Amino acid sequence: MWFPKLLPVTERSLLRPFLHHTTNPLLHSSTTSLRQSNLLPRRVSTAAVSPMESISVLMTCPPVHPYLVEALEKRFTLHKLDSVPDKPQFLSSHRDSIRAVVGNAAAGADAELIDQLPKLEIVSSYSVGLDKIDLAKCKEKGIRVTNTPDVLTDDVADLALGLMLAVLRRLCESDRYVRSGLWKKGDYKLTTKFSGKTVGIIGLGRIGMAIAQRAEAFSCPISYFSRSQKPGINYKYHPSVVDLAANCDILVVACALTPETRHIINREVIDALGPKGVLINIGRGPHVDEAELVSALVEGRLGGAGLDVFQDEPNVPEELFKLENVVLLPHVGSGTVETRQAMADLVVGNLEAHFLNKPLLTPVV
Amino acid sequence: MTCSSVQVQPYLLEALEEKFTLHKLDTTTEPDKAARFLRSHRDSIRAVVGTAFVGADAELIDQLPNLEIVSSYSVGVDKIDLAKCKEKGIRVTNCPDVSTDDVADLALGLMLAVSRRLCPIDRYVRSGLWSKLGDYELTTKFSGKTVGIIGPGNIGMAIAKRAEAFGCPISYFSRSKKPACINYNYCPTVVDLAANCDILVVACALTPDTRHIINRDVIDALGPEGVLINIGRGPHVDEAELVSALLEGRLGGAGLDVFQDEPNVPEELFKLDNVVLMPHVGSATVEARKAMADLVVGNLEAHFLNKPLLTPVV
Repeated sequence: MWFPKLLPVTERSLLRPFLHHTTNPLLHSSTTSLRQSNLLPRRVSTAAVSPMESISVLMTCPPVHPYLVEALEKRFTLHKLDSVPDKPQFLSSHRDSIRAVVGNAAAGADAELIDQLPKLEIVSSYSVGLDKIDLAKCKEKGIRVTNTPDVLTDDVADLALGLMLAVLRRLCESDRYVRSGLWKKGDYKLTTKFSGKTVGIIGLGRIGMAIAQRAEAFSCPISYFSRSQKPGINYKYHPSVVDLAANCDILVVACALTPETRHIINREVIDALGPKGVLINIGRGPHVDEAELVSALVEGRLGGAGLDVFQDEPNVPEELFKLENVVLLPHVGSGTVETRQAMADLVVGNLEAHFLNKPLLTPVV
Repeated sequence: MTCSSVQVQPYLLEALEEKFTLHKLDTTTEPDKAARFLRSHRDSIRAVVGTAFVGADAELIDQLPNLEIVSSYSVGVDKIDLAKCKEKGIRVTNCPDVSTDDVADLALGLMLAVSRRLCPIDRYVRSGLWSKLGDYELTTKFSGKTVGIIGPGNIGMAIAKRAEAFGCPISYFSRSKKPACINYNYCPTVVDLAANCDILVVACALTPDTRHIINRDVIDALGPEGVLINIGRGPHVDEAELVSALLEGRLGGAGLDVFQDEPNVPEELFKLDNVVLMPHVGSATVEARKAMADLVVGNLEAHFLNKPLLTPVV
């Protein structure tokens, strides 16, 4: 059977009259005779293959990455929910056509949205985190879910190390010190050595392991917490997060956000980490009780923090802006050209695989 | 002590004052006062403590006929006239090893900060622009980039070890191939190294041969996607060429801890987002400076007790 698999755009548009037999009047009226005379290609089973350009995909997250938007627009009919003025009206008028959703760390597919899209078959997330998708509901309704694991592991781990070095060695503060001309008045104060500090990791998944591997090259002893001890791992296991916090210098949040891990960094953990301890969050804002974190930093009960994620992005507590022992980044963990392209390729590749009845590349559900 | 005492930590000053009669001589900001002092004390001074900024040049050595030892509160000894010291039998000590980790950490910090634009991005958040203007633009992946090291000594090897953990292939230049660098790619010239790496790191000692080792040719070879990291000495780099290359976009970025004329930094760099500027803080951690101070004092004590020096250079 001839299969229009992953064709470039130009070839697909040439074939369109033969594929769109429900709309092409020529085919509609005299398909049989034309086919018998061999003027048409062999019949394509539309039950097996959908003409992908007619498939409606809804992007529920802001369309910030041109490469991804273009790749989707080339292959599908893309609707950007962000630019729709009347969202409820849009959803009810398109409820029967939307077959796929593309989300990210900011917005995905919650139960309410899933209920409004009865033809939804797949949610493809432009992120590795799945906290914005109602996975249970997707499973129940047979909706497939994909994410973007592995391709962003290095970037997120690099950023975690960058935050550790930036906080301990005051890189951003020192850079500001030079640019403001203060070096002419005197040296910057001494900072703290990073090499050899104990790094405690919450969640020893792909990202956690990549962070550990990098920190080891700086002779940092590694400890970790996870729901159960991992066999074959040489790092020191702690049975509770408080225990881990009390026994490390730098605590890193690298686990998935689930109802169980919400506020995994609470007052007790912050107290255990203490006035010389540093918190690094490259997970999700809700992993941390943000109000407790801010007061601990402002009052000096916590030594410092490197934060890439916040409770209510893009809003960041302004009390942090004047602190020299914090580094604040706008959720850039996977924000490199190379990685975002690889992530976009996975989103598009998963959607194509689904609509071509092939195995999904990176399924979660 | 020839350097400005504000540059030296109290811990060292106290340790020296406790054990010796310490004279603090600021030869840089108060040269006349310094000159008068030297004339009146020429016969009593038996040791000099210097730093990366001010040490013991030929002129000073000539003014101190009873000088026996120069103990430098740094690993670099480019501010000490080593030939003259050798000639006069004056011992010289420095502080190797104890700051290697810190300098290597800073090199990696600079690489990450430049690649991922940590400093301008932190500024972006603090100025409230994330909620006003949206996400920052995409940056460049660091892991897997080729790192080229000029001078695979203690510091260079420590940088290589760290960069390898990020999947970075390592290349290097030195006067000859090193057996310890068997897994690294040797480049016979600095231009060759620059042409074949993404991030070029200066980690060699400053000598007359390595002055301006980073020149126009090297900068051109490194190119508009390349990044220069200098944790060596300012004079390793032709600073005027570097500045114009950065301003004109002929060089991709730079992480600089050292400059031609510290603490003066070319102000044209201040508006650039692809540079990170540090005020010579390579070894400026509490831990390293304490260990360095212990070495300075320890070397002086060893000398005056006729014991073997801890970390002699000459």
